Amino acid sequence: MNRLSKRLESLRRDNRKALSLFVTAGFPSADSTVPLVIQLADAGADLIELGIPFSDPIADGPTIQNSSEVALRNGMSLPKTLEIAREIRKQSDVPLVLMGYANPIYAYGLMKFLGSCKETGIDGTIIPDMPLEESEEYRTMAQQCDIATIFLAAPTTPPERLVQLDQASSGFLYCVSITGVTGERQALAAQAESFLRRARASVKKNPLLVGFGISTPEDARRVAALSDGIIVGSALVKILQNANAHHAIDHAVEYARSLREALDS
Amino acid sequence: MTLNEYHQPDDLGHFGKFGGRFVPETLITALQDLEHAYAVTRRDPVFQKELQSLLRDYVGRPTPLYFARQLTKKYGKGKIYLKREDLCHTGAHKINNTVGQILLAKYLGKPRIIAETGAGQHGVATATVATMMGLECAVYMGTEDMARQEINVTRMKLLGAEVIPVSSGTRTLKDATNEALRDWVTNVRNTFYVIGSVVGPHPYPMIVRDFQSVIGRETKEQMHALHGRLPDYLVACVGGGSNSLGLFYDFLSDHDVKMIGVEAAGLGVESGHHAATLTAGTPGVLHGSYSYVLQDADGQIKSAHSISAGLDYPGVGPEHSHLKDTGRVAYVSVTDDEALAAGLELTRLEGILPALESSHALAYLDTLSPQTSVDDLIVVNLSGRGEKDLPTITRAFVKGEAEKASS
Repeated sequence: MNRLSKRLESLRRDNRKALSLFVTAGFPSADSTVPLVIQLADAGADLIELGIPFSDPIADGPTIQNSSEVALRNGMSLPKTLEIAREIRKQSDVPLVLMGYANPIYAYGLMKFLGSCKETGIDGTIIPDMPLEESEEYRTMAQQCDIATIFLAAPTTPPERLVQLDQASSGFLYCVSITGVTGERQALAAQAESFLRRARASVKKNPLLVGFGISTPEDARRVAALSDGIIVGSALVKILQNANAHHAIDHAVEYARSLREALDS
Repeated sequence: MTLNEYHQPDDLGHFGKFGGRFVPETLITALQDLEHAYAVTRRDPVFQKELQSLLRDYVGRPTPLYFARQLTKKYGKGKIYLKREDLCHTGAHKINNTVGQILLAKYLGKPRIIAETGAGQHGVATATVATMMGLECAVYMGTEDMARQEINVTRMKLLGAEVIPVSSGTRTLKDATNEALRDWVTNVRNTFYVIGSVVGPHPYPMIVRDFQSVIGRETKEQMHALHGRLPDYLVACVGGGSNSLGLFYDFLSDHDVKMIGVEAAGLGVESGHHAATLTAGTPGVLHGSYSYVLQDADGQIKSAHSISAGLDYPGVGPEHSHLKDTGRVAYVSVTDDEALAAGLELTRLEGILPALESSHALAYLDTLSPQTSVDDLIVVNLSGRGEKDLPTITRAFVKGEAEKASS
């Protein structure tokens, strides 16, 4: 069992909800990611999703698209994302998940990628455009490396497929709250509710973490009540984007604390 | 005639190692529904009858196979025939596919249609059929393409479609496709995505190919009626690859028929400013399938360049990737300047103004014709007409005349 599963298991025992925070590697600047992640972990993040920037992120809304473009301009790449992860691992035991699109991972080589993940201290991967049907080879290799394969489930996913996704996933199952791309939403919880009740009934093996559209502490509290934890990405990236460079990390940390408090209250 | 021994794709949409379905989970159910609807409607006589009557009475099929006497005389070698897809309603082959897909949308009960477009031909064809069938339509188009294909933007608006400008990334077809996919992920429950080429996740490459394969079927019959035999060469341009695959597909098991796909070399393949994906790309994942793409060592997609907006795309259909690797089709490339010159030449020799896309196929005759003998039969797919390109062609024409005058 790797760091990720251990952390989620201990949260479950303590009856606490998981807080997963997404940051784009190399955004807002190439050297900001390591201190940002360390401080987010200290502020109460249970796991960090480190986004590998890609030129054509079809599952992402404007905020994360922009952060990817900026990161690529900052010289970020898959190998450099791994370097950042290595540096974080030297300083922290926070569970780390890489989130990236299929093409850069194929270009790097699937087995080489998993080998590098293991050696770097990555605990799991999320590849939003590699669905179940295309992942058999990857899953077998990932299992050998003890890297969790986290699949996404969507409100359009039928019950029998939810069961298959649960079986194929390790670490957790990533529930997409509503149909759409990443980004903040109005009236999120009401739309997500019926899907999460359905997912709860079908998913037996893995914890359910919910992402896409969660931005306020109130969103966090309501969604967490129906799941095992929440994932926040765009709202955090937006704070980093809007803040003055010198205070970006402080603002992000303050925001992470507010989410932690909402989940623990 | 040989038995059809070519069976692609497999059940998961793989053409050899290419193809597949690399999309966010939200779309998987919609793609499975589409796959099922297609399997059912393919065998449904009522659906097929409606499709055939629209192709005949609305699109204007069959399109002629025209013997280009002047062009043949120019080269003095094999007989050159033009498959006149430029005579289809809306001016290009694209509508063969949009008619089929929009019938599928109706069958699935989706009231809203979206599409991506590069040159605007697919956008115009989609807007045309959508309005005829009373469906709401939105077309995503890169702002750079909107500027160079202004006539088609106006046409889509006149047809009642909403043209949504895309200013992210390279502001061309690649980014319009990204944005259309994001729309589909968001509105998948009421929206049908009409993909315009043999690209995207399974079952799109198969469906688009099948709807376009009418081009090759007609060509085969027409050539048989004229000469009692198969043609020797088929030539077509390749961007995503729908007109070429439409021409080639029915001949894939006819091993004596040589096929050539012509990509856009832009300013020259060695310049780095081109769209010759099969010539210079490597396998990767773009827009839902595994196929050749133009990418850097880190797997970031590179921007393509072609004077022709319809070919200006850093990807290509997965079946073409398979046909390249098996060697069944030869893929070559011609530059912007060669294509322009070939388009002007056809205009003067035959009185036919071809689209810049189709001009790439014509330009390859300079290389191919000298290798042929007088008895050879060559078919070039004239995939579209050139009115949409008049601003670009006029600029080149005026520049050419000025150079002639000063020399």
